[in-house]
Amino acid sequence: MTAYVVRRLIAVLPVMLVVATVSFVLIRLAPGDPASVIAGPYASAEDIAQMQRALGLDQPLPVQLVKWWGRLARGDLGDSIFLRRPVIEAILERLEPTLLLTGWSMLVAVLVGIPVGVLSARYHNTVLDQSFMALALLGLSVPNFLLGLLMILCFGVWLGWLPVAGYATLETGIWPNLRSLIMPALALGLVQSALIARITRSSMLDVLREQYILSGRSKGLSERTVIYKHALKNAIIPTLTVIGITFALLVGGAVVIETVFNIPGLGRLIISAVLRRDYPVVQGVVLLIAVTYTAINLLVDLAYLAIDPRIRFR
Amino acid sequence: MRSLLAKVAPWGARGSNQKNLALRAFLRRRSAVLGAALVVINVLIAIGATPIARVDPQVLDVKARLAPPTAQHWFGTDHVGRDAWSRVIHGARLSMIVGGSVVALSFVGGVVFGVLGGYFRNLDNVLMRVMDGLMAFPGIILAIAMMASLGPSVLNVIVALGVVYVPRVARIVRGSVLVIRETPYVEAARALGIGDGRIIARHVLPNCMSPVIVQGTFIFAAAVLGEAALSFLGVGVPPQIPSWGNVLAEGRSYLQQAPWLTLFPGAAIMASILGLNLFGDGLRDLLDPKLRGVQGSGRES
Repeated sequence: MTAYVVRRLIAVLPVMLVVATVSFVLIRLAPGDPASVIAGPYASAEDIAQMQRALGLDQPLPVQLVKWWGRLARGDLGDSIFLRRPVIEAILERLEPTLLLTGWSMLVAVLVGIPVGVLSARYHNTVLDQSFMALALLGLSVPNFLLGLLMILCFGVWLGWLPVAGYATLETGIWPNLRSLIMPALALGLVQSALIARITRSSMLDVLREQYILSGRSKGLSERTVIYKHALKNAIIPTLTVIGITFALLVGGAVVIETVFNIPGLGRLIISAVLRRDYPVVQGVVLLIAVTYTAINLLVDLAYLAIDPRIRFR
Repeated sequence: MRSLLAKVAPWGARGSNQKNLALRAFLRRRSAVLGAALVVINVLIAIGATPIARVDPQVLDVKARLAPPTAQHWFGTDHVGRDAWSRVIHGARLSMIVGGSVVALSFVGGVVFGVLGGYFRNLDNVLMRVMDGLMAFPGIILAIAMMASLGPSVLNVIVALGVVYVPRVARIVRGSVLVIRETPYVEAARALGIGDGRIIARHVLPNCMSPVIVQGTFIFAAAVLGEAALSFLGVGVPPQIPSWGNVLAEGRSYLQQAPWLTLFPGAAIMASILGLNLFGDGLRDLLDPKLRGVQGSGRES
């Protein structure tokens, strides 16, 4: 088991190296010289040369790449060009809303997705199952930002129940904070719950066909025990995998949803950085998200160990 | 559709009898037929966008700014008086162009890398680590970052989304190639002294296409969504080009006065994605029954 954990940890290293390299290369895709873009259209040749030196762009590419790796290893993401401060500071400042939004959406996605999937499997081929699956298909077909806009229209503009947009920080109290996150979290979470429901349903259906389910039923266990104790425990593994994927989709979705609801999180930060061509900020946010995603997938893999003893012996 | 199905049918199902059986199985699923119909309608609209739109999507009707739907402007007008119907119809064309090109790009890249990795084992490790690294970025985030350096244009949106889906296709192709290269017919071909290039082109490629084609419909859907999201955020296609994302982004500021600017393009996106998902589900059940219900509809981005 320790060997498995160590093997998984080692396997992450090359991925991290590639992630760091990709985020370096992304910036070099820009047509022309980043220094001249940063210096602006009215900069003199001398200004541009100075900017190149300041950014280390006058050195050969491999040297720049190795330096970039070294800086990352020390946790240094560089300075924002526009905000004139360390990227890491700007990120930390914007972290709260994105973390809360992602967390709440994940909760919505799991708390809606898993029960819907289990019920659909239990009442397979009934009206309930079919309507749940039709809804799930609809959920997969609505972009989250569109669902957000429709919710604003319905609950914000027409019914006036919830704020149309904006974000109340945690400091203003838990209730205002929650109120400002209800619609964004639902818009994001409900769309994701569709995927979780589909996976849970299909893996439940597979498990319910197993012999031990039949023997459980024939020895007189209640349907409730069979479904929740024996079937669900075994069916949850594929769902766990999807929850890892869901995290990526939620963070990606949060970036879009933040624009819909005017929430000052990482999403607004990266979009405004793209529009201002503030490359270090784009690079930093993208890198942070990729590293977090990789870490979550690692945790999901390790969670299998806790749930499924069969994996320990591999 | 018949020719498409014939192309993607798994081995052994090539006879015309089986072909008809497969087609009939597809047609029996009402949801798959509905999906195919929605896709066909979307394609027809995209082809005939100019006459269907009736007016130029850029023409300003200054007297009718933010006008509600009327006989003259079926979907109303936006804040500068452009016809929303025309912009939605032209948006459908753009979506089809982007979706189709992204699928083509990710197929070419994914098949090349997947075959190289699966067939030439010494390349495999390096290639797959690069693919893993690319997949460590959530799709939309990677696309946004690429748009930051590439700048807004239709071509760049296609490139950015294409790069996002190359690793996903490559993984599927590699998986199939790993199985196919061990089959007796490939061994036989090798024993006959046939070169690698010919084995790949004649024996490996045709047999690894069906899961890829199923995935293609979901990538198409994801690309349509991706383009809409990028444009909605203002980092996709330039604002003057009518795209569903752009129309929604402009409509967002007038949600209260002009909800039709959100509702109609929103309905168009949903119908288009729903069609692709239903079509893809049907195609998958037909070609790849073991994946039934397991893979989500184009959302694993």
